[in-house]
Amino acid sequence: MDFDLPEDVVAVRDMARKFAADYIAPNARKWDAEMDFPRELIDKLGELGFMGALIPVEYGGSGLGYLHFSAIIEELARHCGATALMVAAHNGLASAHIKLAANEEQKKKYLPRLASGEYLGAWCLTEPGCGSDAANMTTLAVRQGDEWVINGAKQFITSGGRSGVYVVICMTEPDKRAKGISTFLVERDNPGLKIGAKEDKFGMRGSDTVPLTFEDCRVPHSAMCGEYNKGFGDAMKVLERGRITIGTLSTGLARGALEEALSYAQQRQAFGKPLIEHQAIQFMLADMAMEIDAARLLVRKAAVTMDQTGQANFEAACCKLFASEIATKACLNAIQIGGGYGYTKDMPMERYMRDAKLCEIGEGSSQIQRMVIARHILSLENL
Amino acid sequence: MDFDLSEDHRLLQQSIREFAEEQLAPGAEERDQTAQMPQPLIDQIAELGLFGICIPEQYGGAGMDTISSCLVVEETSRACGGAGVLISAHNSLCVDPILAFGTEEQKQKFLPMLAGGTVGCLSLTEPGSGSDANAATCRAELRDDGWHITGTKCFVTNGGEAGLMVLIALSDPDHPKRRLSAFIVEKPWDGLRVGKLEKKMGIRCSSTAEFVFEDCVIPQENLLGERGRGIKVALATLDGGRLGIAAQALGIAEACLRESANYAKMRVQFDRPIAKFQAIQFKLADMAVGIEAARMQMLRGAWLKDRKRPYGVPAAMAKLLASEVCNRVADEAVQIFGGYGYICDYPVERYYRDARITNLYEGTSEIHRLVIGRGIMSQPALINEG
Repeated sequence: MDFDLPEDVVAVRDMARKFAADYIAPNARKWDAEMDFPRELIDKLGELGFMGALIPVEYGGSGLGYLHFSAIIEELARHCGATALMVAAHNGLASAHIKLAANEEQKKKYLPRLASGEYLGAWCLTEPGCGSDAANMTTLAVRQGDEWVINGAKQFITSGGRSGVYVVICMTEPDKRAKGISTFLVERDNPGLKIGAKEDKFGMRGSDTVPLTFEDCRVPHSAMCGEYNKGFGDAMKVLERGRITIGTLSTGLARGALEEALSYAQQRQAFGKPLIEHQAIQFMLADMAMEIDAARLLVRKAAVTMDQTGQANFEAACCKLFASEIATKACLNAIQIGGGYGYTKDMPMERYMRDAKLCEIGEGSSQIQRMVIARHILSLENL
Repeated sequence: MDFDLSEDHRLLQQSIREFAEEQLAPGAEERDQTAQMPQPLIDQIAELGLFGICIPEQYGGAGMDTISSCLVVEETSRACGGAGVLISAHNSLCVDPILAFGTEEQKQKFLPMLAGGTVGCLSLTEPGSGSDANAATCRAELRDDGWHITGTKCFVTNGGEAGLMVLIALSDPDHPKRRLSAFIVEKPWDGLRVGKLEKKMGIRCSSTAEFVFEDCVIPQENLLGERGRGIKVALATLDGGRLGIAAQALGIAEACLRESANYAKMRVQFDRPIAKFQAIQFKLADMAVGIEAARMQMLRGAWLKDRKRPYGVPAAMAKLLASEVCNRVADEAVQIFGGYGYICDYPVERYYRDARITNLYEGTSEIHRLVIGRGIMSQPALINEG
């Protein structure tokens, strides 16, 4: 048993922390207001090796594990949930799926570009009519000779507006439902891929979210990523990994809220003493600190389990559920401590709160996590 | 970074679980009703070495670490919250301060007794001083023949069985800061009357005693630590005790989850086991997540203590979360059992009552929030290092 973060993780974390404080923090409010990031952000993240954090070194990535990655994401999210989400989805969903399921040729083609940040990756599972119930998708890929023709629509695609490659999960044999699903890699310039307008979202506004339409979108058979009809299993494995990332993203946002609220509570005077000297405020901060600490421990447990064993179904669901729910609570309480100022955009807590809410919804809602956890608990012989 | 228990810890956990299931669980209901801790059971616990878990081998103990002692308390509490706290209070509140502050002579004299089965306790709380431990009035006066103790201590866990106590008393009422001192008091305690044993809501087989000191004389060499540093002894002791209570809370919560999941699989309503309903599944999921989170904090606190690193705030977090989780979980367990949860035929009713003490003793939740609140003001690492 060892609760110390390894030195190399500390080094990566400190690098991310410095970058987040120097570059992200001063710009995050603007990105939120403008619903956009500059290309420069992605380039800088690429230079730091964060865009390829989870991509193996042989494909131009940093070859890090989930423990390292979770430390990076927490630091980015500390100042900007949207930046963290973009990096998280890019690494943890799109690149992770290619790394998991693609053949050697596909990996060589895409992973180096994803690692440098030249390409953003988009992972396309959700549809207008199916979210949590992913096996009910209707986007259809039909084989015609040496090609597949994709028709359908995908919804809420993170970074879909500016990605270079799209990992599209489609029905290939609808009768078989979850056992008739396959994945294809679609490039941005494919004429059958139509990119819709950015969603105007509550939070995570710097990160673009778009609907995609596939109209007779033709891809060669060689664009199939992973085995035929095994796409659903791959997607579920990817989501399991993504949950750790959302857990750590939530932890970062909650920590941001706590640090801002704490600093305000130490300066702001009320009834002749700093706010923090009032137990009503101090105890709110104490609860936030305790919950953030517990969330981070759950994240680390899931990350280490994933790094060691390649799976962490229960651990990932626990960390995602706990961290996302304490994060929205922490952000709301931070706004409360900020009072009128907390309610304005002059303080970042309201942005953190809007960002945090996504974490209870995306990559498996809290309800889905509870289903996963309950299934695990009920399956145990000796509790 | 590695969160797996070592092989030794796993083996210990397994053997204590077996002991708890075979020896502690069967009589737990009866002990709860009679509010008695039978001496043969205490002897069994002593024979297993659970009164000397963390006592070094040279003093007759097992020489294990804090993680081990937390595992022991957690596993025994899964069967019987009262037995869990008997072991926790003995080890954390009596053994620990003697280990940490005792002289070599004191250790040689008292630790083998404690390891051998003499039950230990801590006398700190008074009728007028609970969380505000500094307000103690139980008086210790130094005369030629030793320390004369006069006053009343209450809510002393293990007070009914104890043969040895660590006592915090007012030695220097006029000193601006260093007013309290710690002492070791052993039986026979002339001049000490064990007053009433409290009738309690939960952990009923664990004794909770009132001690009335009427000019009880203890030898001068039984001063524990420096004169005037009693509050330091008390607070350091409670830091460790918090990990024990976190373990106890965790054990009770695990028992609630276990019983609830088993019951939900068996109980049929609307033609299917209630475990098939999301309303029940989601309760079980929330119980499980809270337990996972609390266990991580408990183990981390114990791990820090074993490495002699600062662990006060992490232990406070662990105790706060574990005890609050325990209460929520116990409440949901009763809810899942429905009417059956409210009657004494099933154990969740007892767990529910046992749970309630965990956020009261060895520092209330409010005191832990104070500790954490003060901690994060001065140590940002508590927030951003983890």
